[in-house]
Amino acid sequence: MAPPRSFLWSRRIFLTLLTGFVLVPVYVMVSSSLKPLADVTDKFRWLPSELTIRPYIDIWSTVPLARYFVNSLIVAGSATVCSVVIAVFAAYAVSRYDFRGKRVFTVTVLSTQMFPGILFLLPLFLIYINIGNATGIALFGSRGGLILTYLTFSLPFSIWMLIGYFDSVPRDLDEAALVDGCGPLGALFRIVVPAAIPGIVAVAVYAFMTAWGEVLFASVMTTDTTRTLAVGLQGYSTLYDVYWNQIMAASLVVSVPVVAGFLLLQRYLVTGLTAGAVK
Amino acid sequence: MTTTVLKEPVRGDTPGAARDPRRTGRTRRTALPYLLLLPALVFELLVHLVPMVIGTLMSFRSITRFTLRDWNNAPWNGLRNFRVAVDFDAPAGEALLRSFLVTIGFTLCSVALCWALGTAAAVFMQDTFRGRGLLRALFLVPYALPVYAAVITWVFMFQHDNGLVNHVLHDQLHLTDKPSFWLIGDNSFYALLTVSVWKGWPFAFLIVMAGLQNIPRELYEAAALDGAGMWQQVRRITLPSLRPVNQVLILVLFLWTFNDFNTPYVLFGRAAPEAADLVSVHIYQTTFLTWDFGTGSAMSVLLLLFLLVVTGGYLLLTSRGRRAGNG
Repeated sequence: MAPPRSFLWSRRIFLTLLTGFVLVPVYVMVSSSLKPLADVTDKFRWLPSELTIRPYIDIWSTVPLARYFVNSLIVAGSATVCSVVIAVFAAYAVSRYDFRGKRVFTVTVLSTQMFPGILFLLPLFLIYINIGNATGIALFGSRGGLILTYLTFSLPFSIWMLIGYFDSVPRDLDEAALVDGCGPLGALFRIVVPAAIPGIVAVAVYAFMTAWGEVLFASVMTTDTTRTLAVGLQGYSTLYDVYWNQIMAASLVVSVPVVAGFLLLQRYLVTGLTAGAVK
Repeated sequence: MTTTVLKEPVRGDTPGAARDPRRTGRTRRTALPYLLLLPALVFELLVHLVPMVIGTLMSFRSITRFTLRDWNNAPWNGLRNFRVAVDFDAPAGEALLRSFLVTIGFTLCSVALCWALGTAAAVFMQDTFRGRGLLRALFLVPYALPVYAAVITWVFMFQHDNGLVNHVLHDQLHLTDKPSFWLIGDNSFYALLTVSVWKGWPFAFLIVMAGLQNIPRELYEAAALDGAGMWQQVRRITLPSLRPVNQVLILVLFLWTFNDFNTPYVLFGRAAPEAADLVSVHIYQTTFLTWDFGTGSAMSVLLLLFLLVVTGGYLLLTSRGRRAGNG
């Protein structure tokens, strides 16, 4: 049955308005990144007075963007790998075994998701400094410290999503593998992990995005050499000038990898959410 | 996230799930699950539990920048930090209360708008039409953009002299007498709300879309046979079927919005205007800008208690509602 006209018209109007709302900032980002400085410091204009790729050349020398890029890549990448690996083991244990303390563990993990990051900032800051003083391991200001910190955000979410996802993988599959002589780890890596790839990809995408976009810890816990993109972008405003065209160009450059990756993997994300979260 | 809460009771309701012979075979005592959990336990302890204990301990001490390095020996302060935080007649308590109310108001508005936009978009896009795939990818862009890149673009748009918002409202549509300030003063509330909704609604869209996939097509076919129109199907089938999804979605949106730090921090810088002074930024300010670590910790503990009560109450309410609905 074809939808009635009222439905079609409502849909058209609603989706058009929403597309406008979504796209205007994206358009501003792209168009401003191609404008000369005068265009972004004077009155706003929809179209550039002249198209220039100058901002894209200048962004690399105004601030050490390449270094920030590498820092962000290392920090977000490592945090993602760590949280996914740790979460796979933990979720497998919770999904497939009954053991004493299981409820306490799951409830604790669940509740840590609802705490604001600000709660951990000062204590973690102090712990890192104390560890540094006591052992000489520099966690504060190092990439390692930041990676550890980012597990705060991604680990509980990853564990929860994966428990849900592993539960949806039929138990018979890995039990058959156990009967055939696989060890529990063999069953995990040969059966459960391959069957749960969409869930694992979803979790990895989420972990990477949160680490790539985090601002608070990055601005408190980094030094000149370990600064990430989140903090680095602030370098384009000086006392006298704000290089809006360069800020927009740099924003675009740092966004493209994550947005592209996200759009490529979004199918997995929806499947992962369906199995892990919604059921 | 958080969703498996909803799953727990459902799993318990399945008759025989716990008595499945193969499962009881697995309950033999083995160290393996603990070994598998060990890395997670170590990291949870390190990044969550220990900091929380330390934070709570700090809230009972008088910690200034002089005692910070040796905070463990800082003078014991009893409940004084808490009294400062909740003394609504004094400046610190008054500011905290105001910031708390602003946060509640902001969170409710933002969650409602995100939910409404996300649900409407997902429902309208349930059926295939030309350009649907493209539109779907487009709608996810705000969610995928790194926070600072997206919010800094909004900062540019909200600029007083060279921003798009004033250009459109004042120069093009002549809606305002003179260009307004968006990032200071009362307007900052609406600026923050706009950015938060722009950034947050695609998540609702994503979750509702996933939820829609679980509604059996036969329901719609049966309804269509009975003569139910499109709008009726949406009202009678789609929306009620989304209830369990919505319960999780709304809780998650609430917690994320309530705890959001990144958006206001990039939008306003270190000190947010009063009208948009969210609690997390307020605590940051108290802790790191006025160096009042003790009061900052006490505020954090209070915030934590509030979140625990709200989440617990919400989970109780929704699980009772579900049981009533099922039975």
